[in-house]
Amino acid sequence: MKYVHEFRDKEIALGVAKAIGTEVDLARPYRFMEFCGGHTHTISRYGLEDMLPNNVRMVHGPGCPVCVLPAGRIDMAIHLAMRPEVILCGYGDLMRVPGSQGASLLKAKARGADVRMVYSTIDAIRIAEENPAREVVFFAIGFETTTPPTAIMIRLAEKKKLSNFSVFCNHVLTPPAMQNILKSCGIRNIGHVEIDGFIGPAHVSVIIGTTPYEFVAEEFGKPIVITGFEPLDMMQAILMLVRQVNEHRHEVENQYRRAVIRDGNLRAKEEVSNVFELRDRFEWRGLGPVPYSGLRLKPAYTKYDAELRFDMGELCVADNPACKCAAILRGIRKPVDCELFGKICTPVTPMGSCMVSSEGACAAHWTYGRFRDHQQRPAS
Amino acid sequence: MRGHQAKLDISNGCIDLSHGSGGRAMAQLISGLFHEAFGNEWLARGNDQSAFDVGGGRMVMTTDGYVVSPLFFPGGNIGTLAVHGTVNDIAMAGARPLYLSAGFIIEEGFRLSHLKMIAECMGEAARSAGVHIITGDTKVVERGKADGLFISTAGVGVVPVGLDLSAENARVGDRVLISGTLGDHGIAIMSKRQNLAFETDIISDSAALHDLVAKMVEAGGHGIRLMRDPTRGGLAATLNEIARQSDLGFRLQEEAIPVKPDVAAACELLGLDPLHVANEGKLVAIVSPEVANAVLAAMRAHPLGCDAAEIGEAIADDHHFVQMATSFGGGRIVDWLSGEQLPRIC
Repeated sequence: MKYVHEFRDKEIALGVAKAIGTEVDLARPYRFMEFCGGHTHTISRYGLEDMLPNNVRMVHGPGCPVCVLPAGRIDMAIHLAMRPEVILCGYGDLMRVPGSQGASLLKAKARGADVRMVYSTIDAIRIAEENPAREVVFFAIGFETTTPPTAIMIRLAEKKKLSNFSVFCNHVLTPPAMQNILKSCGIRNIGHVEIDGFIGPAHVSVIIGTTPYEFVAEEFGKPIVITGFEPLDMMQAILMLVRQVNEHRHEVENQYRRAVIRDGNLRAKEEVSNVFELRDRFEWRGLGPVPYSGLRLKPAYTKYDAELRFDMGELCVADNPACKCAAILRGIRKPVDCELFGKICTPVTPMGSCMVSSEGACAAHWTYGRFRDHQQRPAS
Repeated sequence: MRGHQAKLDISNGCIDLSHGSGGRAMAQLISGLFHEAFGNEWLARGNDQSAFDVGGGRMVMTTDGYVVSPLFFPGGNIGTLAVHGTVNDIAMAGARPLYLSAGFIIEEGFRLSHLKMIAECMGEAARSAGVHIITGDTKVVERGKADGLFISTAGVGVVPVGLDLSAENARVGDRVLISGTLGDHGIAIMSKRQNLAFETDIISDSAALHDLVAKMVEAGGHGIRLMRDPTRGGLAATLNEIARQSDLGFRLQEEAIPVKPDVAAACELLGLDPLHVANEGKLVAIVSPEVANAVLAAMRAHPLGCDAAEIGEAIADDHHFVQMATSFGGGRIVDWLSGEQLPRIC
């Protein structure tokens, strides 16, 4: 695969790993949070932790859109899907996400709900056109990456004068969540967040550019390196973060120049701002309510808002009190520190947000990395 | 009353409930379509069962159900899959497959032309595998009660005296061999699913593996500990299953695992791991280190094993982990798939 294999080159990776090993100050820790679930997946999938010195630790952040969706929002979607007139369409990773009491869209489907997995928002429009007598609802989730397709879909529905189509909007924003992680140090008696730098989002940054992170870097004095999802991208970004820390810099650097420019994708941003506006606050599973972190439809498009159309009402469901996701998402605890991990909480029966999709910190550790819990890490 | 019945209208006709009612229509379907396609002396006798002789050795028996959607896919259809899948389950014991049964559960309205095509392909697949479909059953269910056509099979075969392939035979240091590229079948099927059609030249690897197995047994004898065909759940599920049953772990080398570039590309796009994707014409063999090279050479000399590779070894591990050194230089677990394989959005 041209343009993929080049970014998985073992020899180059070993060279970068060597440079990291040479340049780290062994007297101090380096704790870097990768915000994006995609990066968490890459770390686990390629075993990057084995290639880093012992004092460089990756903290898996909350950037998996499926994981941070509160159980209450899943319950709302399930209630909606159980209505006989509704066809609920959504992306594949939503299907197994647990709501309260182990409910999920997959289980609702088995009980008769018409839930359909789609790959593209266009598929949802097609389903609405093919089923004029049914109400087709698109379960919209995701960060800034998946928001533009939803915006375009809504404008397409308007153009096609579809009257049986609406959107259950759960789109969230990255920069407010990063701020929340840094601001909420110690607030919940879960300990202090100690993060020395961020691996900045890849696909999200293609849309929003690098400027939204400048405030975070400046305000909190943390270096941020925006990077791609390939393993070599990440190794290089870690080296760039090590250098910033060593040189006491806290800048936004862009390793992902082949895809990200400073201003982002202007056309996509315009589509989004035409259709969406900020919610005052939005609940994140694991983080709690985060101000101005979620999107809803603008007044001109409220006829496509499923929450209003079906009078859905907000449902709140508390997570298992023993669940340590809030601390794990902030890097204060590791998955193995949670007493539920691997016992009652596994990818088959996830209890908390971090176990929900393969991009969650706990699921990634369980699926790819748990053998390390049973072996000594070789000294590097 | 005369036994007159209009000839089966293969090109335009459909299955209706009378084809499963036990009456003339059913008899006509069986003789006019299935016997024609499977043609052999056992079926010709028209009994409710078939008697057959078996030579020396132990008998093996297996059963399987086929519910694949879509029914026709690049490289095969539900009929060829039913023959190959059943033959392979028998072959994994090191056995020579002999006879199959085939039960058809057909949805009302199913096109006779499709049924004929499937039956003919099935007959052809059986003939080329040297097995006979010697008994069968036909049921028709109302529209909406089945997804077009389901096929259930049973198969019997004979294992040569002294050969006993089983997971408990595996030992630390045994080598893991794979007969070819992974994920072809699963990706070929996915490329034709209604909500996910994408253009690709990938075809299913569906094939009967008993001849390859015979050549491997010839080369490796008792050094072959066990064989499995990594179907649903892919290589990951098969090796985790063997690890648990043999009380061992495995360590794989990702670089050694053969995956076709277009399958790898499709997996990238869909967010899937080729190690979790189904195969229908591949086998995994756990063999002693002494015979590994000889068995591998025998595999590579066979048309169904030309891409065969040694991909890892059995290790002592109380946790039964399947570990893998990634091609990037790190390490990870190759775990069972949790639930159905669902694509990621980002």
